[in-house]
This record gives sequence, C-alpha cells and structure tokens, in this order.
Amino acid sequence: MNVLAFLTRTRGRRLDWTDALTYVYLVVGLFTMFAPVAWLVMSSFKTEAALAQFPPTFLPYTQKTVAVPGHDKPLPLFRVADPAGGPGATRELAQVSRIGIMATMVDPASPQQTVQVNIRERQPVQEIRFEASNYTDLFGKFTFGRYLWNSTFITVVATALTLLVNSMAAFALSKYRFPGRNAVFLLIIATLMIPPTISLVPVFLVINSVGLLNSLWGVILPAIATPTGVFLLRQYMLTIPDELLEAARMDHASEWRIYWRIILPLSAPALAVLAIFSVMWRWNDFLLPLIVLSKSEVFTLQLALNSFQGELNTQWHYLLAMTVITLLPVTLVFAFLQRHITTGIASAGVK
Amino acid sequence: MATLELRSIVKTFDRTTVIRGVDLQAAHGDFVVLVGPSGCGKSTLLRIIAGLESASTGEVLIDGQRVNEVGAADRGCAMVFQSYALYPHMTVYANMAFGLENAGVDKREIRRLVDAAAQMLRLDGLLERKPTQLSGGQRQRVAIGRAIVRDPKIFLFDEPLSNLDAELRVSMRAELRELHRRLGATMVYVTHDQVEAMTLADRIVVLRDGCIEQTGTPRELYERPANTFVAGFIGSPRMNFVPLAALRAGLPGLAQGLPVGTHEVGLRPEHLRPAPAGQGLALTVQATEYLGAQGLVRGTLAGGVRLEALVDAQALPSEGGTLWLAPETGQVHAFGADGARV
Repeated sequence: MNVLAFLTRTRGRRLDWTDALTYVYLVVGLFTMFAPVAWLVMSSFKTEAALAQFPPTFLPYTQKTVAVPGHDKPLPLFRVADPAGGPGATRELAQVSRIGIMATMVDPASPQQTVQVNIRERQPVQEIRFEASNYTDLFGKFTFGRYLWNSTFITVVATALTLLVNSMAAFALSKYRFPGRNAVFLLIIATLMIPPTISLVPVFLVINSVGLLNSLWGVILPAIATPTGVFLLRQYMLTIPDELLEAARMDHASEWRIYWRIILPLSAPALAVLAIFSVMWRWNDFLLPLIVLSKSEVFTLQLALNSFQGELNTQWHYLLAMTVITLLPVTLVFAFLQRHITTGIASAGVK
Repeated sequence: MATLELRSIVKTFDRTTVIRGVDLQAAHGDFVVLVGPSGCGKSTLLRIIAGLESASTGEVLIDGQRVNEVGAADRGCAMVFQSYALYPHMTVYANMAFGLENAGVDKREIRRLVDAAAQMLRLDGLLERKPTQLSGGQRQRVAIGRAIVRDPKIFLFDEPLSNLDAELRVSMRAELRELHRRLGATMVYVTHDQVEAMTLADRIVVLRDGCIEQTGTPRELYERPANTFVAGFIGSPRMNFVPLAALRAGLPGLAQGLPVGTHEVGLRPEHLRPAPAGQGLALTVQATEYLGAQGLVRGTLAGGVRLEALVDAQALPSEGGTLWLAPETGQVHAFGADGARV
C-alpha cells in the first residue's frame, strides 16, 4: 500500500501536467539506466548456447531436453508437424542425430521408432531456466574464490587503513597549531589536481623497488592516503569544538586518547562517508591492481574479469556471472547507505 | 591545601598583549572571581592558570610550586567551561568517569566516586542519559560533577552560568555557593556579570585591558572603589560621575570638604536622597522607570551632566519637572583627574 502511495505521488492534490512530465522523465531514466543492468543479470543466467542465439532474448530460454531410454544423454526436444493429427497439429520429438539438413528423431513415448525430419520443419521446444551452474562453476572450476578473497582483503584492509591514516592527518591539521600547517594542507589538497594516471609510473617504480610487486600490499599501501579523505575529515573535525579537547586535556587524557575517544567517535558521520567512498574506490579499482598484480593467484575480481576475455575465445556465461558478483557489493553499499553518500558528496564536493 | 599565586603574568598573542603583568594570590578555600568587561583578558588568565595557554612571561604557582612547565592534566585543576564541553557521545556517567579512567582509577572506585558526586548534584536518575537529553541546568551540573569527581586542588569556572536563563542562574548561583562551602576548595571563577561576582566571591578581581584594577572583598569594592572604572563597573544601576564644578554649583558645602585634587565625584543612584528645593543638585527629569518599591529617575544636571537616582516609588517626579537631590553623608566618592580615588 505504501509502495502504491509512493509511486502515485503528485505535486499537489490533482494530477498536474508537470506530474505527468516528471513520471515520463523518471520512467525513461529508469529504463535507460536500469535496462542494461537487468539485461546483464538475465544474461548471466543463460547457457552458452542461448547467449550465442540470434535474435537474443531477454529471459534465459533453454531448449528442453528429455531422457530417452537407450540413449545416454538427454536429447533435445523439437516441435514437429504431425501429419496424423490433421492440419496444424504438432507433436514433440527428440533429436537423436542430425546429418546435413535431415535429422533423425524419435518420439520419447516410443523410442524404437525413428523418424527422418527436415530441420526446417521443426521448432526447438524452449523453456525458461536459470542456469545456476554459471555461478556454481565459478567456485568449482576456477580460482574465483581466490579472486573474491583478494578483492575483499584489499578493500577491507585499505579502507580500515585509509580511515586510520586520514583521520590522524585530519586531526593534526584541524586541531593543532604548528608552523607550516596551512602549507601542508595545501600540498595535500594540491595532489587532487594530479590525475592518478600521471603518478602511475612513479608508483609502479616505488612498489617495484620496495619489492611489493605481486603482493596485495602493493595495491593497499599506495592507496591509503587520500587527499579527499583528509580534506573531508578535516572539514568535519573543524566543527568539533576545541573546548571538548580542552576538557579532555583537563580530564587527564593523552593526545592519543583524545583522538581515539573524543575525535573519532564524534567524526563518525564523516568517517562513514569516507568508508563508503573507500570501499567503492578500492573494489572498483582496476588500473593500480593491473600494473602491480600480474600473477593470477593475486588477481582481484576486476583483473580476473579482464583476463576472462581471451583473445580468441571468451566464455561469456562465466564472464557475465562474475560481473554480476563483482557488482553486488557496491550495489549493496549504494542501496543501504545512499543517504550518507549524497551528504558526503554534498559536503566534500567529490565523488 | 591548595594555594594559587600568579606572578607578573604577561600574555601576548602575535603582537597584541592581552595580559599586562597580573599578580594575584588566592589562599586555600578562597572563592576568587575575575570580573571585567568582555575582552579584558579574564578568560585568558583562567586558561593560563589551567595550563591550556602558556604565559608569555611570569610564573604560575600552585601550592608554592612553579607549574608553568606542567601540563594541564597534571596541575590538579578542574575546569567548567562556558559551553560545558560535555562529550556529546558519552552518557552522563561516562562523562564524569572519563577523567578518572584516564587517571587509571579502579572501576569500582570510579563507580563509587561518580555515584557520590551524582548524588550531591541531584543527578542520580540521569546517569545513563546523553547530554542532549538534559536541560541546561542539568548539563551545568554534569559539568560541575565532572570537575568534582577528580577531587581537584583548584576549581576553575569560565562563565558557567551565562548560558542559563535568569531564574536558573540565580538558583545555580546559590548552589555553587553551597558547593564551595561544602567542598572548601579553592575556586577561581570568571564572569562579566558583576551581580554574579558580588554574590559569589570572597574576593573579586576587577580586570580591564589585561590589568588588575582592584582586588578586594565585594564590600570593599562597593564601598571604596579604587578608581572610576571599578566604581562604574561594580553596582547596579551604575554609579553617576559628577564633575566637581557641577557639584559645587548645587552643594558648595560638600564640594568644599572634598580632598585636594578631586576632579569628579561618584554618587551611587541608591545613595541619592530628595533634598529641599534650592539645597542640592537640581535634576531636570527626562525619564522615570517604575521598579516596584523604588523608581529610577533619569535626567540631567545643569551643564548637561547625566544623572540617575533611585527614589521612593511613591515620590516619583513627573517627567520634565525638577528634582532636588543630595547624597547621603559619607557616600561621596572623590576621584582625581586620572580616575584614581583621592
């Protein structure tokens, strides 16, 4: 009921032409943005054959098969005109083999009797089936679990370290007066102007010389100090009154304790925003892992996806299933924390 | 035992000098109130005592020990801030326990101390609440409780009542007074409100532009202000200042008896009495305010000198009329050309 009320909301009491326009706009927007994702999810449940089919279908259709006595494998089922049943009547036959344009077919009810049918005179019998094996195979056949773990490890550890390091820097920059404070802050902010691709080669050289190539830490460490995070947290911490810190100092708290017990809990909203950003950045990161990680056992999901696209042969059904799994965490983050994300974008002016 | 001594404290921020050589002594159990207009450096002085600011020159001594180099935490002071500075994410209990936890006090001991303080401040039922769920007066008491639990040598208050409404302020004032009596601790209290200073203090320190203008008991300050600034600051309504010439015109006899070097005299509105016509200061009444038992008369003397007087409300003159006034005997304060008492 609530959903219905929500979906039929209008500006005023009556349906205005602006309402109609809004709904049209929203529906078109929803369709253009959501259709590719929906198609991706549907396609990820298709069999390899169904993916290659033309024209493509939205729903995952598969040809029905039947087990026929005397045959080891289930046989594909076709609909063939039935001369005995009069004009327009059809019957379902299973195909045993096919030579040229003639197929040898059999009635599943009477397996001994074979019929020769021209392939142009039959239609495959199709049913909707979600091919879960696309997903289950990933864990069995490939080292997909390994990739998932690598991605998760990088995301979780890098996010935790990002929060720690950035909040410490922000604490110092917002609450301590020291010579060069503004210069340091400006320097940090200035790095926002340098595109990451510019620093990619130097980063690679550094990672190489400290021996972190093909190590997950080689992806984590360069990413933990972010100017965006420092900026976002500093701006937030400036709003925490200094009197609280002074009260804590009078209360015998060490500077570390002030940071840990006063500043961090009070910065929770900003930390949440940064955590969301960091998860999205690290999970979706492709370029840095690509240059740092070259052995397949340290691949992240993004790299694995890329490597699935072979030069000659691409296993689309696995690729699509993997893409869906890769999308899931970020989708969930967005779905549940979208309010924090919008406030975060509004307050920091970044995305 | 906790004594406090300041020796020629000077504080300079960048190029502005905020405190210009302050000397101050407080004995154990003293309730010292630093009072002055905003920007006089009273809060800065308090922060220097607390250790939150360092003095540019001069010495801070607690119990005779120089503590300039001792951090805020180790001076044994507790401070109540103007904004209370309660930790918003902690419960009342956690707020009061935080200092003790930091000092490494045993958990059960913390419980006992906090409970005792809560009982004293009537916060018993509120220990599990967050500061945002408390009223202004309750927050104030939590802030005081946070100071009490650590059993500090010296309590420092930075305008603690300024965020409360008038009625609550009066009752909190009484509570603070009572608290001081019960704890017997040394307290330093900063305010810009002279009424607060008069009612709370054992000793008032009047500050202006980073200098002490006068130190003394409320009675001393009221009865023998050292200069025109203190005279004008202490007492409400404000003291009138009448140039010698204007006084001589109305009361030549009184003017004759003043000490040599008198430039102007201070007359408190409450010390002015109606006088027979022709035998006092002739006040041209401009406005009157009915205050209940008394009435405030505002007007000018000959020569445009402004004057206010508190008179019996029944005898309130009409606006535009002339009121003859004379000060009570012994209630005339003579000040020299430099503003100092003569």
